[in-house]
Amino acid sequence: MIEVKDVHKAFGDLQVLKGVTLDVSNGEVISVIGASGSGKSTLLYCINGLEPIQSGQILVDGTDVHAKETNVNKLRTGLGMVFQQYNSFPHLTTLENVALAPRIVLKKSKDEAREIASKKLDHVGLGDKLEVYPNKLSGGQQQRLAIARALAMGPNYMLFDEVTSALDPELVGEVLDALRMLSDEGMTMILVTHEIGFARDVSDRVAYFHEGVIEEIGPPSQVILDPQSERTRKFLSAVR
Amino acid sequence: MEYTFHWRPVFRNLPDLLEAGLLTLEVAVEAMLVGIVLGLALAMIRMSGRRSISWFATSWVEIARNTPALLQLFFFGFGLGAFGIHLSPFWICLCALSFNNAGYLAENFRGGFQAVPDTQVKAARSLGMTYAQAYLRIVIPQVLRIVYHPMTNQMVWSVLMSSLGMLVGFRELTGETQFLASKTFRIFEYFLVTAVIYYVIVKFILAGSRVLSWRLFRY
Ligand SMILES: Nc1ncnc2c1ncn2[C@@H]1O[C@H](COP(=O)(O)OP(=O)(O)O)[C@@H](O)[C@H]1O
Ligand SMILES: [Mg+2]
Repeated sequence: MIEVKDVHKAFGDLQVLKGVTLDVSNGEVISVIGASGSGKSTLLYCINGLEPIQSGQILVDGTDVHAKETNVNKLRTGLGMVFQQYNSFPHLTTLENVALAPRIVLKKSKDEAREIASKKLDHVGLGDKLEVYPNKLSGGQQQRLAIARALAMGPNYMLFDEVTSALDPELVGEVLDALRMLSDEGMTMILVTHEIGFARDVSDRVAYFHEGVIEEIGPPSQVILDPQSERTRKFLSAVR
Repeated sequence: MEYTFHWRPVFRNLPDLLEAGLLTLEVAVEAMLVGIVLGLALAMIRMSGRRSISWFATSWVEIARNTPALLQLFFFGFGLGAFGIHLSPFWICLCALSFNNAGYLAENFRGGFQAVPDTQVKAARSLGMTYAQAYLRIVIPQVLRIVYHPMTNQMVWSVLMSSLGMLVGFRELTGETQFLASKTFRIFEYFLVTAVIYYVIVKFILAGSRVLSWRLFRY
């Protein structure tokens, strides 16, 4: 379970998160929607400790992410993250991209790491691209590679930050299919997305983010189909 | 005008020339290794943005890149000599070349590090890698590729620049050639052969660098 408790976060003078509270239970899929610049990415970065917070608390299975004594590297192996930018490691083959962290972080043997990697790559439909370098992959394939790379660490949670927004439209579907597959398998996910239709289909709950706070949260049938907040309604009619 | 070539004295002394060529290669390679280490350090200091030390690195880079290499050599020879520090000709040459290499390489390294997006480190860390692992496994291999060709060029430059060592009495390839030529007066022949030796050394470095790059960079 991920518990975000009244988190405040600023970059210098710029207040980006102004008291965010959110619980994610195991098996749940939560979509986060909202205007660009409202702090959605920052929230994900804070959850896996890539950004420090000023006040509040974030607990992952009871472990305080930002506490000094927390081993954040170990914690992150349980929190997969996929970014908007492709972020494939260009000097490594597809297989090496996925096998590297299991080997040097989880200390698996070389063979074991490669076996895990090829299994995960197969799972996202890249089983025939193992020896290819990322510059030979399409954007959609690179995002699926990033998903496989995160899954290879055996995470309990996955954080997705607008993973389809850098893609050509015709490549969005294959990545959304991979996300849908994960949600069907019961993966707990926080999904920052602009794909409102997709969010409605896969989410248990949808959170609408506005200027660093959660303006409205609830099942998609409420937030997307029958928003209670005027701001949510405005945002949705603007993006539709 | 008549000039009759006399090659025999040159060929008789060829072993001496080749040995001096090895000395040239030695000082150039050592200056390159020192230059890489110092250049990396200078680049990191400049990127750290700490005023208290970065002015030092910046001055180094500026002087190395914007003053004649010969004057840099004279600094380590006559300049330090004026303060009672007397280095041997080999050390003067090694210090000056290392100083110059470090200045140029620092800028190459800095450019290389800046060319690797910050998000690569974020992605690596999100997989649980430590900062050191992210740098060692993800950032540095990419930087190495970016700076590989500039580094090869600097290596060639280092070989050619070492010929200035003659002017502080260092008998590397050019110094040795000058020494032998002045004894026999076959100046033209000597320098022609020496030019060929330099050419071969440089081509050898370029070919070696290319072969190595095929092995290192497969993407
Ligand atoms: N590393 C950073 N340094 C300074 N400001 C940042 C940084 N990251 C994000 N911001 C700012 O924080 C705000 C929220 O950004 P972000 O979380 O990326 O929003 P979103 O993902 O909702 O588009 C923006 O105003 C952005 O400019
Ligand atoms: Mg964002």
